[in-house]
Amino acid sequence: MIDSVQNARDTPDHPQPYSELGLKSEEYHRILDILGRRPTSSELAMYSVMWSEHCSYKSSKVHLRQFGDLPHSEALLVGIGENAGVVDIGDGYAVTFKIESHNHPSYVEPYQGAATGIGGIVRDILTMGARPVAVMDPLRFGPADAPDTQRVLPGVVAGIGGYGNCLGLPNIGGEVVFDDGYLGNPLVNALCVGVMRHEDIRLAKATGAGNVVILFGARTGGDGIGGVSVLASETFAADGPKKRPSVQVGDPLTEKVLIECCLEIFAADLVVGIQDLGGAGLSCATTELSSAGSGGMHVVLDRVPLRDETLAPEEILMSESQERMCAVVRPSAVDSFMEICARWEITATVIAEVNDSGRLTIDWRDERIVDVPPKTVAHEGPVYERPLARPLDLDDLRADDPAHLPRPSTSEELRALLLRMVGSPNLCDKTWVTEQYDRYVQGNTVLAQPEDAGVVRVDESTGLGVAVATDGNGRFARLDPYAGAQLALAEAYRNVATTGARPLAVTNCLNFGSPEDPAVMWQFAEAVRGLADGCRALGLPVTGGNVSFYNQTGDKAINPTPIIGVLGVIGDVARRTPMAFGSVPDEVLLLLGDTYPEFGGSEWAWSEHHHLGGRPPAVDLGRERAVAEVLATAAEEGLVSAAHDLSDGGLAQALVECCLRGCVGADVHLAGDPFVALLSESAGRVLVALAVERLTRFADLCKEHAVPVTELGSVRPDHQTLTVAGQIGVPLSELRTAFTGTLPALFGSG
Amino acid sequence: MKIGVVTFPGSLDDRDARRAIRVAGGEPVALWHGDATLRGVDAVVLPGGFSYGDYLRCGAIARFAPVMQTVIDRAGRGLPVLGICNGFQILCESHLLPGALTRNAHLHFRNRDQRLRVENTATSWTSGYRQGEEIVVPVKNGEGCFVAAPDVLDRLEGEGRVVVRYADGNPNGSVRDIAGICNDRGNVVGLMPHPEHAVEKLTGPSIDGLGFFTSVLTAAVS
Repeated sequence: MIDSVQNARDTPDHPQPYSELGLKSEEYHRILDILGRRPTSSELAMYSVMWSEHCSYKSSKVHLRQFGDLPHSEALLVGIGENAGVVDIGDGYAVTFKIESHNHPSYVEPYQGAATGIGGIVRDILTMGARPVAVMDPLRFGPADAPDTQRVLPGVVAGIGGYGNCLGLPNIGGEVVFDDGYLGNPLVNALCVGVMRHEDIRLAKATGAGNVVILFGARTGGDGIGGVSVLASETFAADGPKKRPSVQVGDPLTEKVLIECCLEIFAADLVVGIQDLGGAGLSCATTELSSAGSGGMHVVLDRVPLRDETLAPEEILMSESQERMCAVVRPSAVDSFMEICARWEITATVIAEVNDSGRLTIDWRDERIVDVPPKTVAHEGPVYERPLARPLDLDDLRADDPAHLPRPSTSEELRALLLRMVGSPNLCDKTWVTEQYDRYVQGNTVLAQPEDAGVVRVDESTGLGVAVATDGNGRFARLDPYAGAQLALAEAYRNVATTGARPLAVTNCLNFGSPEDPAVMWQFAEAVRGLADGCRALGLPVTGGNVSFYNQTGDKAINPTPIIGVLGVIGDVARRTPMAFGSVPDEVLLLLGDTYPEFGGSEWAWSEHHHLGGRPPAVDLGRERAVAEVLATAAEEGLVSAAHDLSDGGLAQALVECCLRGCVGADVHLAGDPFVALLSESAGRVLVALAVERLTRFADLCKEHAVPVTELGSVRPDHQTLTVAGQIGVPLSELRTAFTGTLPALFGSG
Repeated sequence: MKIGVVTFPGSLDDRDARRAIRVAGGEPVALWHGDATLRGVDAVVLPGGFSYGDYLRCGAIARFAPVMQTVIDRAGRGLPVLGICNGFQILCESHLLPGALTRNAHLHFRNRDQRLRVENTATSWTSGYRQGEEIVVPVKNGEGCFVAAPDVLDRLEGEGRVVVRYADGNPNGSVRDIAGICNDRGNVVGLMPHPEHAVEKLTGPSIDGLGFFTSVLTAAVS
C-alpha cells in the first residue's frame, strides 16, 4: 500500500523507523513540527538522507562558516554553497576545482568505491558548466605490508584508473601515504579540475515557473540505496561486508558520454539550472534545485526511467545510481535538449515542472507521496554545536619529544639510514600506482606526478595554465590540528609555487573521526580555525570542500587528516619549473629557507622508530608567501632550471628525487649536523637548481623578499653519484634500486 | 590534406589526434561513428579510448559502427588508416589486421614512456622514419598484449609487417615485443603506443610521434 500524504494524515500514530534511518528522536519531532503531521515513508526517507551528516554538514556547519567570512577575493566568481567554487584565471577563463571523499565505500568495495568517487567529483565539476580537465587522488592506507592493504590498495588504484582513464581525464597528482590508523578506514579522496569561459558558468537552481526538469543519463536502479546515511554517517563495526549492496556501481562509458552531451547542451545555452545526482540521489537534486530557485516543483515519480521495475518510491528517491543529471529547461528548449541527448544515445525524461508554490510535491501512481517545503529538507536541516574537548593524551604526546630517539652516529650509519628512508613505503617511488593512470590524455599535461604540482595547459595559443597540488599530514595534525592544517596548506601552496605558478584558491577535504567524540570535534574545530587563519594570512579564498566524519574503526579514530588542495595560475606553461636536475649545464644548488632540528611527527621518527610525539614543525606563513613570490618571479624570468619542495623526508629525499628524475649526480655540502640538515622537516624550504650565471640575479631576488639562501653545492652530470658532506657517496643505481623496489615487492611486479 | 579522426562513444584521444595532425601540418576532420561518410578525407585515424566502454571485447562493438563499414571498404582500396590503441583493437576486430589485443600479461593498466624500434618504413604512416630508428612514445593500455597464431606471426615477420617493436622492456607481454603491425599493402597500420602524445616538447616525452602524421602527409603529396 502506498503511504500517501492523505494516509499519513489518517494514521498519525503509525510507528516509523526513523532511528534505523539514522534520525534522532528530536530530529524526527522536528519533522513532525515542520509538516504538522507525520511524514510519509517517502518524506521520511528524504529527510533522513538529507539530514545525514554527509549531506547536511550538521556537525561542521558552525565551524565552516569561518571560510565564508574570509576577506573578499576578486578572483572568486562562485563561492561556497554551489557544487564547486569557481575562480577567475584571466583571459576570460574560469577554473573550478573541488575534493571529495569516498572513504567508506572504498573500504567495503575498493574498486567500485574509488571508481564512483571519481565519477561523483567529476559530475560536480561538470555541473558548474566546465569541461573536466584533470583529476588527482590523495590516498591513505594502513601499513603497506598489512594483509588488508593488499586487498584495498590494488582495488582502489584499479578503480581510480578504470573509471578515470575511461573518462579521458589525465590523473596529474595526488598522494599515497601508509599509516597504522588507516588500516580499517582508508582515505580515498578525489579532486577534479574543470575549465570554462566566464559566460558558461552554470548554477544549481530551478527558476522560472513553467520550466521543466529533465532527468538524463543512466536509469535508476537499486544500487547505493541509503548509501549516504548507512555508509557515510555510521562508524564501521565488525560487520563491514554485509553493507556491500550499499556501494554504488559505476559505468564510466555513460559518464564519458554524459560529459560530452552536457558540454554540447551548455554550448547551446539550453539550461536554466543544472544539478548532478550524487549522494541522496533524487532527494537531494529535487530539494536543492527547488530550494535554491523559485521555491516549488512538482515531480511525477512514475516517469523516472528504472533499471528495476520493482523499486518502491522511497527507494527511487534514495537511489544513488551513478551517471545521472537533472537539468532545468525552458519549454521552448526541450526539443533541442532532447535532440542532443538522442545524438549521444542518452536517456532523457521530463520528470517535473517548476512552480512558485513554495512546496516540493511528488506523485506516485496518482497519489501524493511528498508535500514538503524544500528548504526544510535541503538547507534548513539540524545544526549542532557539538561539545569539544582537548584530547586527554595530547600533553603526554607533545611531551614525548623525538629528541631522545637514537640517531646515526657514523657516516656509514647515516648512509644506511638514507637508503632505508628512500625505500620506506611513504617515501619510495609511487610509479607502481601512478603508471596505472593515464596522464597524457587531452594532450595538455605539462607536469604530472611525481612533480610537486600537476600543471595543465588551458589555452594552447597563450600558454595560460593552472597548477594544482594536494597535501596533508595526519601525524602533524594529530600533534597539533591547528598547525597541522596550516602545514598542509603551506605545503600545497609551496608545491604550486615551486612549479612557477601563483597560488590563487584553496579547497579542502577534512577527514576526521566521529563528531560525537568531543576530542575529535576539538581536532576538527582547531583544524578549521587553523585553515581559515592560514588562508587569511596567505590571502587566498576557500572555494569549497568536503567534510568526512566517522573515519574510525570502533572507538579508534584516524589521525585527523585535513587534505588541502591549492590551485595556482601560470601565465605561460612553457615557463614552468620541473624538479629534475641536469636540464642545463653548470647547475648550482641552493636551499631556500631555514632548517631547525624539527623531528616531531617526522617521517624519520615514524619509519625508523614508529614514534609519534613532540611538536610539528613551526609554520611561518609570511615566509611561505615570500618563498612563493621568489619562485613565481624566478620562473617568469627564467632564472631556475629545477625546484623541489622539502617536506616528508627533508632535504635528503628532495635531493634523491631530483637526481634520480634527471639521472644526474650532485655534490652537496652541509653546514652543521648533517643528520639535521638532511632529515629535518622544517617548513618553508625549497631546493632550487639554476645555471651558475643566474646566481646573482636570483640571490638579489631572494634578498629583496628576505628569503634566506644557502649554497648547497652543484649538480654533477658527469658523475652518477650523490655525494653528501664529502663523506657519504651513494651511486644513483643503488639509490634507484632502493627507491623503486618497495611497492613492486609488496604489490607485485609485472 | 585532410585526415579524418573518428569519434566513437567513449573515444578519448580524438581531440589529441586532431591536434597532432594540425601540428604535423595537416587538416583534421572530425568523423562521427554513426555517419557512414568520410567527408572527403585522404586518410583516417581511429583514436585511442574505450569505444562503447569496451565492456565487451575491446573494439568488438565499434567495428559494426556505420563509419567502419566505409573505412573497411576504403581501406581495402588503399586509403591510409592508422589505428592507435583502441583503434588498433578495432582494426583487429574488423579483420583489417590479423591477431588480437588481450589483457596485459601483468593485468594492470600501464602508462609509461616507451622506447620503440621502427622496423618497417615502407608503410603510409612510417615512411618518414629511418629503418631501425629508436623513438620514445607513451604507451597507456590495459589490453595491449598482442597475440596471434604462430603461423600468422611468422608470416608477419617474413613479410616485414611488424612496423614497430618494443625496445628496452615489453610493457604488456605482447608476443615477440610487437607494438604495431600493418596490412600487406602497408596502408593500414595498428599501434598500441600513442604517437599523438609525442608531438610537442611541452606535453610529451619527445616529439618522436610526429613522424607518423608527417609520413602520411608526405605520402599523399608525392
